[in-house]
Amino acid sequence: MAKFSKKRGKSKPEVSTASLPDIIFMLLFFFMVVTVLRDSELKVNVVTPNATALTKLEEKSLVNYLYIGKPVKKYVETYGTKPRLQLGDKFATVEDIPLFLEKHKIKVPEAKHGRITSSLRVDGKVTMGIVQDVKTKLRKSGQLRVNYSAKARPQ
Amino acid sequence: MAKTKTRDRMKNEINAGSMADIAFLLLIFFLVTTTIVEDKGILVKLPPWSEEEPDITKLKERNVFSVLVNAQNQLLVRGEPALVDDLRERAKEFISNPTKREDLAEKPTKAIISLKNDRGTNYKTYLEVYNELKAAYDELWDDLCQRQYGKPYSDELPIAIRRDIRSQIPMVLSEAEPTNFGEE
Repeated sequence: MAKFSKKRGKSKPEVSTASLPDIIFMLLFFFMVVTVLRDSELKVNVVTPNATALTKLEEKSLVNYLYIGKPVKKYVETYGTKPRLQLGDKFATVEDIPLFLEKHKIKVPEAKHGRITSSLRVDGKVTMGIVQDVKTKLRKSGQLRVNYSAKARPQ
Repeated sequence: MAKTKTRDRMKNEINAGSMADIAFLLLIFFLVTTTIVEDKGILVKLPPWSEEEPDITKLKERNVFSVLVNAQNQLLVRGEPALVDDLRERAKEFISNPTKREDLAEKPTKAIISLKNDRGTNYKTYLEVYNELKAAYDELWDDLCQRQYGKPYSDELPIAIRRDIRSQIPMVLSEAEPTNFGEE
């Protein structure tokens, strides 16, 4: 009896927090890996339409993004309300597409050039005119792998 | 006295308690900046640019499934108005032609889908139509793959199988230069 009480008095059992940093680091690494730091601020409103026959895009580094939509409120005064094209982080015209593609291309290893995809993130309300112009320019620049970005349709 | 002192020093450790705080800070930063965006979409291979228009008048009429979308987002399928919802079934029937009808495609390899829209067509409608046509092919591929290989068609299958399936039912979707009646 006396022995018991003695023991309890001596040791102060505590939950060891030494592994806490490890756990947190694990979470940290997870989020670091999945994070995509958005490099371009969206200057146009893009709400992509829904679709069902979707393909997932692999290898983000092989994808370049072209945004088409109406300028956001902040830019309405300068750029109007007509749908515009955004390349990287600035407004652009169709004529800027070849240079934009070329700039992306030099960042990609040569062996993977054939797998470069252009993802068209187009607002659902935009009319086909501007989309057609972009498509034509892409075809003329030899960029034929195109992805019409869309959301999965909720069942 | 001196002995105990050294032992004390040996026990000294860097306090790792604040490590968790640092890690938390970083964690919260990445939590906030994370956008798990999966980019999904309809992958399309555009035809190479050529100055001359492809001539589809040489093709037999029964092998062409023409879909027209006007600026009011209305559909005209093979000369008559239609709804987007029926498009998939009609396209499937046209390509596979299970009952060997005279007015549908001779065989899947000869079937051509011709899509034409207006510059004033809504992108949403265009994509819906495109989606239905793509889905029709997807379903046909799936059926064929199930019959021949006993598994559903997917991108994970070996390339030889996919090639084989695609050569039996090639996806030929030709897009004509759009008309310009309704652009705002």
